[in-house]
Amino acid sequence: MSITLGTTSAVAINDVSVRFHSKRTEVTAIQQVSLDVAPGEFVSIVGPSGCGKSTLLKLVSGLLKPSSGSVTLLGEEVRGPRHDIGFVFQRAALLEWRSARKNILLQAEMRGMNSAEAGKRADELIEMTGLSGFENALPHELSGGMQQRVALCRALLHQPRVLLMDEPFGALDALTREQMNVELHRVWRETGTTVLLVTHSIAESVYLANRVIVLTQRPAVVKEVIEVDLPSERDYSATMARPEFAAATAHIRDLLGAVTGHD
Amino acid sequence: MKPVSGDRWRGVAERSWRPAALLLACLAIWHLITVTGLVEAYLVPSPGKTFDLLVDKWSYLWGHTWVTTYETLLGFVIAGILGVLMAVAMVYSRTIESTAYPILLFAQVIPKIAIAPLFVVWLGFGFEPKVIVAVLMAFFPVVISTVTGLKSVDAEMLELAATMGGGPVKTFVKIRFPAALPHLFAGLKVAVTLAVTGAVVGEFVGSNEGLGYVILQANGNMDTPMLFAGLIVISVVGILLFLLLDLAEQLMLPWHSSRRGAAVTTLLAKGGS
Repeated sequence: MSITLGTTSAVAINDVSVRFHSKRTEVTAIQQVSLDVAPGEFVSIVGPSGCGKSTLLKLVSGLLKPSSGSVTLLGEEVRGPRHDIGFVFQRAALLEWRSARKNILLQAEMRGMNSAEAGKRADELIEMTGLSGFENALPHELSGGMQQRVALCRALLHQPRVLLMDEPFGALDALTREQMNVELHRVWRETGTTVLLVTHSIAESVYLANRVIVLTQRPAVVKEVIEVDLPSERDYSATMARPEFAAATAHIRDLLGAVTGHD
Repeated sequence: MKPVSGDRWRGVAERSWRPAALLLACLAIWHLITVTGLVEAYLVPSPGKTFDLLVDKWSYLWGHTWVTTYETLLGFVIAGILGVLMAVAMVYSRTIESTAYPILLFAQVIPKIAIAPLFVVWLGFGFEPKVIVAVLMAFFPVVISTVTGLKSVDAEMLELAATMGGGPVKTFVKIRFPAALPHLFAGLKVAVTLAVTGAVVGEFVGSNEGLGYVILQANGNMDTPMLFAGLIVISVVGILLFLLLDLAEQLMLPWHSSRRGAAVTTLLAKGGS
């Protein structure tokens, strides 16, 4: 298989397969998936539960090695855990003994960043994500949405060029989720970061992304790539009301329904 | 959400009146048993007589209490340091874990009172054999609780740490060890009460000072008031050391303490075992 390393890609997944071995069986999670993400692009990944969406993000971050194929991040092949990314999980994964601000600054401490600069950057992010006034609150004093904002700030502190998000709003209630979508969209436009978002929400995937990748049931292959034809300035309710939005979500729902066998 | 100090004291009173009432009831029953002559006075001395003796022989008891406390604390500190180091080694190396586990278990299962005489033979009648028995008693709960704590860290948190590139030392100092502290403190609280037992057991086997020696002497002289006094002082030492650790935990881990039950409740829960 010829590999064309797109020097212009932020993330290039080239013909990657992942197989997990247990005692007797071998499970193929991902089969020959290829994907190019341009710098500054927002790509959503949807697919049935357990199809290997999260595995894809772990491959990009280097937390997991592919069984075959290769992953290139910012022009450099991924061989181990990469430090030039930001990662947000479904659970906020905050240290419960640290305040919101200190949880954000963990990123700086682990990297040995200049503490004055990091503090200034943290304050900017706190302002940007509406966490002002909650800097000194401990995680258990924050709501789920607030905790996830802290996790987002922590992932953005070192100004990564690629942000990986694994169902970041999956545990939030519907209304908070919509607010977080709007905020993430704004943050993305302000920072220009490349984002890979794994989500279960079709509406979320379309509202946020330039492109939506639809994966099939395990072993996951790319079923279809949908270009989202919406203006880059996206007001939430206005976007929801647009016919292009309705068409895209209906199409994705059809694809997912077809691959899972429901409906 | 924190109560103002007046409310706090009322909270303390509300929590402690039940155990205080129970304690008073036990004292009353003890008193009744002795005054009614249900049990001979030379077998069970009255609370009053025991209390008088505690006051009269205060300086004698104080000296021996200090010896036992010193042995306990030394044993506890050594067990704490060795236990944490052992746990860290076991969590980071599967080879060390599988190699050390059988020996650790063996050391725990062997009756300390049965090997205590050996230490006396080797080390004489000084404080060393008592400290060793205290270490042996206190070591195991520290190791087990620290291993549990270090392994309780969120897998996602460790993955996140890997993407932050801090390396294993920073990950340990900033994430793993602080996360293990609540478990570690639970283990230390069990360990400190066991260290008291260890020191007293060591004194039983061969010594000429300490509360174990006081009890053994009193036993030989059929001096039951002194025997009871010795038991009470040992219990008080154990309870005070436990409360000290509980206080240290609340000061060091306010984020944790605020989310669990009150100190008195945990004391009663642990004290029963």
